[in-house]
Amino acid sequence: MTALLAARELTRVLPETVPVTLVKDVSLEIGAKQFVAITGPSGSGKSSLLYLLGLLDRPTGGTILVEGRDTAPMSDADLARTRLSMIGFVFQFHFLLPEFSARQNVEIPMRKMGKLSPRAMRQRADDLLASLGLAGHREKRPDQLSGGQRQRVAVARALANDPPIVLADEPTGSLDSKSSEQVFDILRTLVSERGKTVIAVTHDLDMAARMDRRVHLVDGMLAEAQD
Amino acid sequence: MRLILDIALTHIAGRGRQSLVAIIGVAVGVGFSIAMAALMQGGQDDFVEQLIDTMPHVQITDEQRAARRQPAEAAFDVAEISGLRPRDDRRGIINPAAANAWLDAWVPGRFSQSLRTQGVVRYQGREAGASIIGIEPETERAISPIVGDFTQGGFSTLNEGGNNIVMGDRMAGKLGARLGDTVTAVSSSGLTRNFRITGLFHTGTTARDEGEAYMLLKNAQIVSERPNAVNDIRVKLDDPYAARDAAGRIEAELGYKAVSWQEANEAIMQAFVVRNVIMYAVVAAILLVAGFGIFNIVSTITHEKARDIAIMKSLGFSRSDMQRMFVIEGLAIGAAGSVAGWALGFALTYALASITFELDAGGQEMTELPIAWSAAHYAIASLFALGSAAVAGYLPARKAARLNPVDIIRGAT
Repeated sequence: MTALLAARELTRVLPETVPVTLVKDVSLEIGAKQFVAITGPSGSGKSSLLYLLGLLDRPTGGTILVEGRDTAPMSDADLARTRLSMIGFVFQFHFLLPEFSARQNVEIPMRKMGKLSPRAMRQRADDLLASLGLAGHREKRPDQLSGGQRQRVAVARALANDPPIVLADEPTGSLDSKSSEQVFDILRTLVSERGKTVIAVTHDLDMAARMDRRVHLVDGMLAEAQD
Repeated sequence: MRLILDIALTHIAGRGRQSLVAIIGVAVGVGFSIAMAALMQGGQDDFVEQLIDTMPHVQITDEQRAARRQPAEAAFDVAEISGLRPRDDRRGIINPAAANAWLDAWVPGRFSQSLRTQGVVRYQGREAGASIIGIEPETERAISPIVGDFTQGGFSTLNEGGNNIVMGDRMAGKLGARLGDTVTAVSSSGLTRNFRITGLFHTGTTARDEGEAYMLLKNAQIVSERPNAVNDIRVKLDDPYAARDAAGRIEAELGYKAVSWQEANEAIMQAFVVRNVIMYAVVAAILLVAGFGIFNIVSTITHEKARDIAIMKSLGFSRSDMQRMFVIEGLAIGAAGSVAGWALGFALTYALASITFELDAGGQEMTELPIAWSAAHYAIASLFALGSAAVAGYLPARKAARLNPVDIIRGAT
């Protein structure tokens, strides 16, 4: 069975005057419905690996396969389409569009996809927000929400097009412990109840220990990968 | 697409004041361009209209464009004739009656034949050089620009009994003659004859008022000793812009030089082309400056929204989506400025059109600025504005689209 997401000898070098290697020869396969932590000391290339896996950055060597399809030869537009349908991002900071309400932010990926009617989009956005406990905050703009609420809106937005993969970059990094716990629980239910694969970068080893699988990076290279 | 438009408009709205300034910049550019075009086009139209009104649309004279060749030269390719003493051709249009009949058969308009000859008008020992023009009042009335300029009498008075003459008021003034006085016309061949002044005109053109005298065609033929001669046929066409074709056809048939009004004023027509080129260059320059305002704001937005660009890319927007978004922002400002510019241009043109001023020192001639109302001016100004807006949006858009989202996200964390 082909893995949902596979990396083959992934390398990313920043072309500076002194080239900086962010990720080196990383090969891994991630199947469906997994809850994966990417851990490692700061500067070890965790986030770089995540962006590569999310097709947001292109590797300088190696390739990524999404559902067995090689993404190396894809054009920018193809990669964008793949991100749109296959991948949802949650960042350390919420990264919502500040001018739009919570509901509009969740609707944006759906509108970009253009498959649903405006009514269905609205319905889906409201359902997602309600399932994340934000039923009463649909019309609020990001600056009227708390940090935890914003991050939950961001999760709802990541789920908008029902992608099989959700990538999270330090999703709880900027939240207090209570909100962190809440967001972590949400991510776990994404795996257990919605059948998503969630890959989260975290430096919180305690949190990583509670996930299904840990990918440990040191200096851009895979250290012991524990299952 | 709707989505990209929505986000683009949100960006512009978020920079309200700056956007407004950019829109005003475009509006002023478009508005002034429209007003300027209306004024310049108006001046040109006015001028051409006057040309069409005052000049014959086609003037047929007894000249040829090239000197007539000797029959031997026409018959043989190599023929050199020297020591020739050509015979004097009888001047004038040969067989004017046939020419008249032929013109009468097809020319869509009116025409009048005349004999134009140089002479002197003499009164009480004073002399004035004059173009003595023999006309037929019935046909002349239909084509002459001076019919309405008579201060006393008119062409029809020439048909009253006796030998009559009408002349410009300045000529009469120079001679010291008044209506009813009898002046002596002297032709270039030396023949003299007395004429009574039965009409005076004032056209405002000094050359005419000082130098033209009209009499009946047959009188002019007698004075210049050229019986039945006609050397000038002037045609007014129903459609002035058919003059070139008509002139070509007449020249081909009659063999005499037939000059359309466009040909006669070719230098002026060319000057208008140059003027229009200059005008549109100025319009382009104005709107280029307005384009800098647009460039400025779109550029600011791309910097300010760098994070949003990264987010949208992570959500699945492609590079070309981002580029389109910022070009749309430039175009939206350009379009808003265009529409505001139309209103401004209309108001300015309206204001210009309502200005009146006195041209003559005497104050009897009130003149308005010649204004041409044309939708084309609005379209052209907008086209320039949108073109410059598209370029002004495209440059920062291209740069924004190339941003690597990862760099931005890293910078933010």
